[in-house]
Amino acid sequence: MTGNTVISVRNLVKKFGNFVANDNLNFNVFEGEIFGFLGANGAGKTTTIRILSGLSKPTSGTVMVAGFDAKKQAEEIKKNIGYMCQRFSLYDDLTVKENIMLYGGIYGMKKKTIQDRTTALLEQLNFGQYSDSMISSLPLGLKQKLAFSVAILHEPRIVFLDEPTGGVDPVTRRQFWEMIYEATARGITVFVTTHYMDEAEYCDRVSIMSEGRIVALDTPEELRKQYNAGSIEEVFIKIARPSRNVEGGLE
Amino acid sequence: MKRFHGFVKKEFLHIFRDYRTLVILFGLPVAEILIFGFVISMEIKDAGIAFLDLSKDDVTQKISDKMCSSDFFRKVEDLQSYHDIDMIMKTGRAKAVIVFGENFGRDLVSRGEADMSIITDASEPNTATLITNYASAIVSDFNMEYREKNSGAKILVSPEVRMFYNPELRSHFMFVPGVITFILILICALMTSITITREKEFGTMEVLLVSPLKPSQIILGKVMPYFILSFINVLLILLLSRIAFDLPVKGSLSLLLAESMLYILMSLSLGILISTVSKTMQQAIFISLVGLMLPTILLSGFIFPLENMPRVYDVVAYFLPPRYYITIIKNIMIKGTGFFSVWKETLILTIMTLFFIVLSVRKFKIRLQ
Amino acid sequence: MQKVIEASGIAKNFGNTQALRGISFDVNEGEIFGFIGPDGAGKTTLFRIITTLYLPDEGSMTVLGVDCVKGYRKLRENIGYMPGRFSLYMDLSVEENLRFYASVFGTTIEENYELIKDIYSHIEPFKTRLAGQLSGGMKQKLALSCALIHKPRLLVLDEPTTGVDAVSRTEFWEMLGKLKAHNITVVVSTPYMDEATKCDRVALIQEGQILSVNPPEVLKDSFTRKLFYVKASDKYNLLKILRSFPLTISAYPFGDSIHTTFSKDNPLGDLNEYLLSKGINDFSISEGRAGIEDRFLELMGTESIHYQ
Repeated sequence: MTGNTVISVRNLVKKFGNFVANDNLNFNVFEGEIFGFLGANGAGKTTTIRILSGLSKPTSGTVMVAGFDAKKQAEEIKKNIGYMCQRFSLYDDLTVKENIMLYGGIYGMKKKTIQDRTTALLEQLNFGQYSDSMISSLPLGLKQKLAFSVAILHEPRIVFLDEPTGGVDPVTRRQFWEMIYEATARGITVFVTTHYMDEAEYCDRVSIMSEGRIVALDTPEELRKQYNAGSIEEVFIKIARPSRNVEGGLE
Repeated sequence: MKRFHGFVKKEFLHIFRDYRTLVILFGLPVAEILIFGFVISMEIKDAGIAFLDLSKDDVTQKISDKMCSSDFFRKVEDLQSYHDIDMIMKTGRAKAVIVFGENFGRDLVSRGEADMSIITDASEPNTATLITNYASAIVSDFNMEYREKNSGAKILVSPEVRMFYNPELRSHFMFVPGVITFILILICALMTSITITREKEFGTMEVLLVSPLKPSQIILGKVMPYFILSFINVLLILLLSRIAFDLPVKGSLSLLLAESMLYILMSLSLGILISTVSKTMQQAIFISLVGLMLPTILLSGFIFPLENMPRVYDVVAYFLPPRYYITIIKNIMIKGTGFFSVWKETLILTIMTLFFIVLSVRKFKIRLQ
Repeated sequence: MQKVIEASGIAKNFGNTQALRGISFDVNEGEIFGFIGPDGAGKTTLFRIITTLYLPDEGSMTVLGVDCVKGYRKLRENIGYMPGRFSLYMDLSVEENLRFYASVFGTTIEENYELIKDIYSHIEPFKTRLAGQLSGGMKQKLALSCALIHKPRLLVLDEPTTGVDAVSRTEFWEMLGKLKAHNITVVVSTPYMDEATKCDRVALIQEGQILSVNPPEVLKDSFTRKLFYVKASDKYNLLKILRSFPLTISAYPFGDSIHTTFSKDNPLGDLNEYLLSKGINDFSISEGRAGIEDRFLELMGTESIHYQ
């Protein structure tokens, strides 16, 4: 699992005034892997994801995503990534089809391509009957699955998933992860955050962040061995518990 | 009581923590008054006028002196012939030319009327209208004096009724009541409806409802700070118009303040009513703006006189509370009349207030929808 | 034992959506009673009926010995409620929030400090900070302190741990456990199945219906089949192969292994052969104990055949 490096982070620091949200991060993400990005609330995960997806600039350090520099080529990065977060992703007042067409359009895909992919996608998800339903009428699980499909509609090199399965039922959660596996089989790199620790076990490699730093990064198996723990949850609780004085860190 | 006290304290904290609320509360009234007072000022000052006096007698001299002694007009030239009119207007030095016909004074004495025309530069229609109005008003003023001295003389120029109670012809007078009316409904209705829907949107209302607080306590607690602040606002506006525009309250100040409290109460209950029918702050803002603010500006006689309105709007205006308040406050502030001249409006406003209070308290749910 | 909640046949509709379809359950005094189920199962609706915010369309419910429709005023004195979104005023400081909720219930922080001390002491160092600037875990603790400040007899917590990290979640459940000493009954909902083990009794809820009410241990034991943990390095491939194995009834990924049930009590010989024939060499198979989530998946009746 050491293919091409698609994300490379060197000495990344991000400050908000006096508050250091990311304190000298160093890590690589390789092509086609599922990279689990864990951390307590307020550990600085969201800040890092924003920088990696070109939404925010690092204070210092070098960040290369899909071969582009996050400091200068944010626009190029945005063309090569997909992004899905827990709450906002699809427009509630548009139909399934309209949402897909909209995102295809945003990423400058050809109309014919969008139509072909839409058909394929609806078929693959068994979504045919819903194609003209409003997003707001769909159950949460379906919405999240659709949101993921839309996020990788333009075949990005990397897709960022920010707590994609929060509140989703156990069956749908597993179906969602199967979709993630399928995407990686096609060569898409998946960068995912989650609060479900058992999902961390599905990742190829897991990093754990605490107080703005990465305190552990390895395969789930190695982490369990290293910390003499039965599960990633135990590992997490052992090392991610922030010290009291900074726990109130900004979200 | 302790519960209520805690609630009101919290509301004040919300207000003083959010600078935007403070700006709307206190910045807006001051800005409105100043903007209306100075920038969009509807008055003219030192407008250049020229005279073509073909009669050159005592009477024409008196009228032109009277005009130029006011702050509004400044004589730029005495013209010699009709040809000069076009010329001086084109240079822009004069915004208007006053023409007195031949034998003006003699005609006035013998026939009771005389020829006079006001020619204005209508490329600026507003200014032109204003100059015409002001000039006619001065002439009618003169006419009244003349009539008093020579009883039985006929009217020279028909006087402008709307300026009758505004003898110094200062337009701020018309705006101050309008601004008060507008500001109060803005603060009271919009702000209360926003603060209540905000609790709904952020989910804090759920906990308030589950608490032993009674709906009446929640409503009163929400309304109390805005009642106090709105009242301070009325005082602020009155003080400001006194200082900046030298505008006194002619009638009874305490009557004016009492009527304002009634109107504030009415607006607050409207705000609560809006909050009971809207689920989000956005809805509340929309309903307040479109449902209250627009009609207040357009139909209460604030900017457009009610007399000139098409019948339909006039009928609609009967149902708008601001209309009655604006009448009341104009009467008290500018005409200086007492309670007897506004009791009808006050009664209507009181009935409306009671109606809205009862309706909003009844509509305020003790549970979620 | 005294019943704190007695509900029978509770139903609630919103338009054409049946949020609750005739739910009956009892909650005993002093227990932690969990409602476990995904988003949209009807947990929030049910909690709003318990807290007198909604009226049920059908059925009856007695809370703390009072009818929750007629006696809502009395109930509201004795319930502590923490809705799904933390009901905090983000523009007020930590202390101001707590003081406000105390005053609303006619009490003071000082009066009931003992009760919230364990929880509030975590955030007390930041009491002048605005609630909007707290991290998720701290907001959660503040919201819990606010819900407890009037010493309620019943505490209703709607998904208090959603979106909160595993560390804060663990701490939170420890705190709930301590409330027992104060004889406060807790009704709590969560979408995290593993948290069920922290409750005294658990109701599994799905699509407005209760699938089962049991202590967590009983729930685990009621798993009907033998459960096998199958592991291999290529998990996705393993999953697909397990699904295609003719004896497989269900196969769900759980962490690093795949929890599988078979139609035969001893499928190991056949399975070994099958996996090898599909080119998987590094697998391991062991019999394992079912967890709450296994039982939930079983109760949902979604078997691997219908699984996509």
